[in-house]
Amino acid sequence: MQINKIMSYTFDKEDLKQIDAIKAKYPTVQSATMPVLWYAQDKFGHVNAEVQHLVATTLDIPESHVHGVATFYTQYYKKEMGKYVLDVCTCFSCQVCGGYDMLHYIEDKLGIKAGETTPDGKFSIQEAECLGACGYAPMLQVTNDVYVNHLTKEKIDSMIDGLKEDKLPEYEEILPPQLISKD
Amino acid sequence: MAIDFQNYKTLIIPQGGNLRDIKAYEKQGGYKALKTVFDARESAWTRENVINEVKTAGLRGRGGAGFNTGLKWSFMPKPDGGKRYLAANGDESEPGTFKDRVIFEFNPHLFIEGAIIGAYSIQADAVYVYIRGEYRSWIRFMEQAVADAYKAGYLGKNILGSGINIDMYVHSGAGAYICGEESSLMESLEGKRGYPRVKPPFPAQRGLWGRPTTINNIESLANVPLILNMGAAKYAEMGAKTHPGPVLYGISGHVNRPGVYEFPTGMLITDLIYNVAGGIRNGKKLKALVPGGSSTPILRADQIEGVSMDADSLRTAGSMMGTAGMSILDEDTDMVDFLYRISHFYHHESCGQCTPCREGTGWLEKILKKIKNGDGEMRDLDLLLDLTTQMEGRTVCALADAAAWPVRHTITRFRDEFEARCRKSVFAIA
Ligand SMILES: Cc1cc2nc3c(=O)[nH]c(=O)nc-3n(C[C@H](O)[C@H](O)[C@H](O)COP(=O)(O)O)c2cc1C
Ligand code: SF4
Ligand code: FES
Repeated sequence: MQINKIMSYTFDKEDLKQIDAIKAKYPTVQSATMPVLWYAQDKFGHVNAEVQHLVATTLDIPESHVHGVATFYTQYYKKEMGKYVLDVCTCFSCQVCGGYDMLHYIEDKLGIKAGETTPDGKFSIQEAECLGACGYAPMLQVTNDVYVNHLTKEKIDSMIDGLKEDKLPEYEEILPPQLISKD
Repeated sequence: MAIDFQNYKTLIIPQGGNLRDIKAYEKQGGYKALKTVFDARESAWTRENVINEVKTAGLRGRGGAGFNTGLKWSFMPKPDGGKRYLAANGDESEPGTFKDRVIFEFNPHLFIEGAIIGAYSIQADAVYVYIRGEYRSWIRFMEQAVADAYKAGYLGKNILGSGINIDMYVHSGAGAYICGEESSLMESLEGKRGYPRVKPPFPAQRGLWGRPTTINNIESLANVPLILNMGAAKYAEMGAKTHPGPVLYGISGHVNRPGVYEFPTGMLITDLIYNVAGGIRNGKKLKALVPGGSSTPILRADQIEGVSMDADSLRTAGSMMGTAGMSILDEDTDMVDFLYRISHFYHHESCGQCTPCREGTGWLEKILKKIKNGDGEMRDLDLLLDLTTQMEGRTVCALADAAAWPVRHTITRFRDEFEARCRKSVFAIA
């Protein structure tokens, strides 16, 4: 069963104002496709076929175009996902620093595999390509937003406990070593 | 000449804390270069002079290809009254690369200042800053910084009373490595799937929305105010002669102190690993190094003695500078697993337009998976090498090459490890 299922997808007046502001950044309407898909995903949690239809009619561009764009980019969720999507990096530098151990630990903990969603709709797990945090490996990203770096099993435990109560992990500022004073 | 890196004073990574606050940046001399240029735009700092200064400084692009930035600017055609664009490439998706985000987070105005000077020089009306979608936190930092720069009068209409108008917009990607390739980036900005374009025409002729466009990496543009502040001559003396200036080295993998470090080009690899990043973790020995992102050919520990981080030295050693995102591997690293994971990445990220790339990256991954699982045969290794030859130089963009290089070089440089995982292909007849 899905919780918080949105029955109809519409943009309200405020949304349309925001979308006009997005359109103003580009010389063509088509260029607004990506940012408006982002806007829609932030609002609805995903951009399934119905949302793609809404974006296309709102921008007055072909639905096939919007669909083509939505399916090209991995961060757009084409179907409903868990409330929290854990993108665990297993690429390259994370791989050699224990990325797979962390992925498997999360899989065991939540009882699902990468690419799946827990039955209560709370968590999805994905295996991610390099997220640009290689020096802070292993790491993961929560629902296209905050990065959690230097993962350990303990850190994962407390992060998941927090998310169960809808407490998002905090942004971690990582200073370049040369900015850390030596005294 | 060895670099006195212990006493090096950073220029891109700010001295004295975070400079995201525009006031803090201005207090440290920020936007001085822009003011100087705009004040003297009819005398010392005409557009041609700025371009020449950047050209003689010898700044080479930090996005991977290492092309002279000033020279690239000079390719823009004469204005015809229509729009012109600068696209700043912050896609930063090459595995091992995590340095532009340091600029977004700690010194965004250095980049913004450089981009405004760049836009002025090539007579661009607008700068589009393309940032990978995963960097949402850093996109927020940039959006704030751009808003602050507008408020302070460095962006928008009639900048600093000069009559020059330049706009800047931040555009979020959505998870596609290929969008870091410059023509794919432009397709993406135009709201399409990120399929690289056939060149020519080059972006300077037909770029964004069919108009003249220059694409520069974020770090490349952040170097521009430094060049103008210290002068091209002094800049050209920093680091390696043919590849000068400061560089953000992103160090990851099996070292004690990973992170992004700023030093001049031409740093000895051994200094970076042992003296800067604290050596190999857990007292292990170094096995190999990927010097500049996953596409750059891997070097064995015995190949790095005396090699420095600049285009010439790395070419002689058999690799490339790339993005200076260095991944360091210790003696326990399984090279077959490592290479398999790289090949998985490139297969996943191929846009699928060209047959040699779409099919080739798939076969590379498939064969390597077979070897990794112990089902490979000796002749698969030559098949892999043969495949890399068939992929290189035959595609619309360089992703196919980027996928082929690591396979070719990892197999030739660690052949014994690959052979040890393979069954014999030929059996003696009793
Ligand atoms: C597959 C592929 C991916 C690339 N990814 C990036 C990237 O993420 N960031 C970047 O600055 N350049 C990337 N480049 C290089 C760009 O095409 C372009 O050369 C560069 O942005 C130019 O800036 P520069 O001259 O300042 O280095 C990539 C190239 C290829 C072929
Ligand atoms: S080389 Fe690969 S990524 Fe580049 S255009 Fe061809 S198929 Fe796409
Ligand atoms: S390899 Fe995981 S963040 Fe780069």
